Amino acid sequence: MDYSIKIGGEAGQGIQTVGDTLSHIFTRAGYYVFTHQDYESRIRGGHNFYQIRVSDKHVTASRSLIDILVALDRESISQHERELNHNGHVLYDSSFLKQNFDRPNFLDVPLFDLAVSYGGSKVMANIVAVGAVIGMLGMKPEIMYELIKKIFKKKGDEIIQANLRSAEAGYRYAREKCLTCSFMVSGFESPKLLITGNEAIGAGAIASGVKFYSAYPMTPSTGIFNFVAENAREFGIVVEQAEDEIAAINMALGASFAGVRAMTGSSGGGFALMVEGVSLAAMTETPIVIALAQRPGPATGLPTRTEQADLLFALYAGHGEFPKVILAPGNPEQAFYLTNKAFDLAEKYQITVIILTDQYLADSQWSYERFDLNKLRYQNYRLKEEDFKNLKEYKRHAFTETGISPLGIPGQSTNLVVTDSDEHDEEGHIIEDAETRVKMVEKRLFKKIPLIRKDIAPPLLYGEKNSDIVLICWGSMYGIVKEVVDEFRKRYKIAMLHFSELYPLPEDQSWIEFLKEAKILINIEQNATSQFARLLRMETGINIENHINRFDGRPFTVDELKEKLYDYLRRL
Amino acid sequence: MTTLEDFKGRTPAWCPGCGNFSILRAFNEAMVELGLSPHEFVIVSGIGQAGKFPHYTRCHTFNGLHGRSLPVATGIKLANHKLKVFAVAGDGDCYGEGGNHLLHAIRRNIDIKLFVHDNQIYGLTKGQASPTSMKGMLTKTQPFGVLSEQFSPITLAIALNCSFVARGFAGDIEHLKTLIKEAVNHKGFCLLDILQPCVSFNKVNTFEWYRQRVYRLSDNYDPTDRVKAFEKSLEWGDRIPIGVIYKKERPTFEEQLPVIAQKPLVEQSFNFEKIRELLTKFN
Ligand SMILES: Cc1ncc(C[n+]2csc(CCOP(=O)(O)OP(=O)(O)O)c2C)c(N)n1
Ligand code: SF4
Ligand SMILES: [Mg+2]
Repeated sequence: MDYSIKIGGEAGQGIQTVGDTLSHIFTRAGYYVFTHQDYESRIRGGHNFYQIRVSDKHVTASRSLIDILVALDRESISQHERELNHNGHVLYDSSFLKQNFDRPNFLDVPLFDLAVSYGGSKVMANIVAVGAVIGMLGMKPEIMYELIKKIFKKKGDEIIQANLRSAEAGYRYAREKCLTCSFMVSGFESPKLLITGNEAIGAGAIASGVKFYSAYPMTPSTGIFNFVAENAREFGIVVEQAEDEIAAINMALGASFAGVRAMTGSSGGGFALMVEGVSLAAMTETPIVIALAQRPGPATGLPTRTEQADLLFALYAGHGEFPKVILAPGNPEQAFYLTNKAFDLAEKYQITVIILTDQYLADSQWSYERFDLNKLRYQNYRLKEEDFKNLKEYKRHAFTETGISPLGIPGQSTNLVVTDSDEHDEEGHIIEDAETRVKMVEKRLFKKIPLIRKDIAPPLLYGEKNSDIVLICWGSMYGIVKEVVDEFRKRYKIAMLHFSELYPLPEDQSWIEFLKEAKILINIEQNATSQFARLLRMETGINIENHINRFDGRPFTVDELKEKLYDYLRRL
Repeated sequence: MTTLEDFKGRTPAWCPGCGNFSILRAFNEAMVELGLSPHEFVIVSGIGQAGKFPHYTRCHTFNGLHGRSLPVATGIKLANHKLKVFAVAGDGDCYGEGGNHLLHAIRRNIDIKLFVHDNQIYGLTKGQASPTSMKGMLTKTQPFGVLSEQFSPITLAIALNCSFVARGFAGDIEHLKTLIKEAVNHKGFCLLDILQPCVSFNKVNTFEWYRQRVYRLSDNYDPTDRVKAFEKSLEWGDRIPIGVIYKKERPTFEEQLPVIAQKPLVEQSFNFEKIRELLTKFN
């Protein structure tokens, strides 16, 4: 079983509500879900859609063909009717769209009339639509009812009942009227969790003990800010909306200096303003985690769309030479664990760790059995209060074997914690002499980098070890390329090499041999200039000649990438 | 009890005769008289001659970037509001490069004491105009003289209902010391603008120039009257008032944050067991 449902309409019509409710019902029913959203940078009007893929097997990307199109506007039909599968159906309301479609696979559901008669208000139309989709699929409605009760628990019994009646009305209507609906829906399993990339980063941060999050809103990073803020009270986190991104990173650095785990997040434009702060973090050796959720640039670009074009910017962000780590999760699960790793590495090495995502990953939902909390690491690398109190002498930037100096918390001891954005001596005081300067660079850079590289995991190989074709990708391309590999495996010896820990490259270099042995390397990136391939060449000398790039701001579906790849292989 | 010895820092790299020396002396004496120890406060500074200040006394120090002392200080204060947090900045630093942060730090009323060494010039970069330079001042980079209106930090702060607004003068150390002490004892955001002659680059606003104009506010001046204070803040020319110009008790930002009502953030331990609950939100 593998169905795709697309909900299309104008901004403000409740596409998100319908989509989110359906995805949660499917997840609770034990199915695997993948969702992605396509929206414009506006609050009302325009054309947006929300696409859900639901299956009894793990699904990790969207398909091109759809089985149910919920059309909340006429645009949805004119734009997406051609995407319908051979048994695809359209759910619409003829009185609302002011148009009748006399076709067997068009199900006219009076969403608004039912909403008024059963729910007492037009606003219930969305929940009628949810009920109708569940009816079309032939699922049992109980889980839907359960979820409705949970969602509206705080709103009181009256609202719950109105929603239940509306959902049931939609459900019954579809069961009775949709004679051609022949979707097979298999049985229920255990409930799963459904989570977006942004939520996974927020949850990963909280699970790593983040105590301070300062940011300035910018799509598509705002979801992280929202998630942390929602949980601020419960988990004891100070969140502050800074006056700008420069303030955001400087506040986070202040909090980190004062002894708590701190984070900030933005998209490319806001991150551009933070860059001087990245350099400050390096000089003062202050741990910080930054989420950089990419969207197409330059400048304001396409605010609500996706791209992977800030990799080299992130790599070079900050004047001067210093170590930094860039992690690029491929899905929410990786985002959760890698955010944890980001906090660990940032504090362990007293550096900046950037979590590089994009709109596609930020907003898409994936479902999982569960997250394994035993895989999380929480080690406090700061000086323990007792030890610090007993220290006779303390130098914040002391020269050590590893280059890592003791990280003391100001106020916990009579020892002073001193740091400076100017080059400084071991105590942290401003200096100008050449000898100290050289020793500091050795400490901050040369000593730490080899250690950091030991902690970086090699890329993930998916597919045969001795493959002819290797698809190279990073970050959010993971799910799409993985499914393409699954489909091509019958015909080709093919594998994916996915990078989620981008920089520095790991000490373990066995994968380089693997790349050298492959007959065809194809690099796939959601940008115009193959930035990762360039990074790879710079670091390893490996030159990839074949590239698939997309930079229209839209993610690949599995089918689109398959087609591109066929084209490519035909030409080779 | 601390003594001046406890605040002996590195040797200053300022020009002989610079107004900064007097500010340093007033500050150290104020700390001794307040009975504060070096480990009880943090100084966050920016870049400029003023930015070097914390190295020349003794304290926890974050000498950050040009213009950015206030956001760093804000982060420190929110992470540990038990620490006293001071920000030291230059006029270019705080009124130019970091102007936006000043507005919002005042709005938040976070308990930070901001000391601005206002020499009405960019000292460290050798004499360009600053926001507080007077109209017409000729510099290498203002070949036709300063064309923009002179910035009045005091007026701005009062307009924003800043909790404590004062002006001091490096040439009146005793008075400056009382202002520093009063600021430290005040709850809420404090702006103390300190007139600081730059003997190397500001040939207009010299010690002599200030001495002829500066006067202490009389004892019967009422700093709680906002309208009068606003009027007072406009006085600049033949006579320049020093003292506490405006004062207003307001709840501080950190007092209003429920998360740190019980104890400072840095003292709150991380409860890993709660994370299981966090994940149930996604079921
Ligand atoms: C981002 C940035 N821009 C410019 C500079 C160069 N710079 C250093 S200090 C300074 C101005 C100093 O003037 P002020 O803040 O009034 O301090 P003063 O030296 O007068 O005490 C400038 C422009 C810098 N360090 N960083
Ligand atoms: S340049 Fe001016 S402000 Fe800087 S140390 Fe010299 S006299 Fe003081
Ligand atoms: Mg100055």
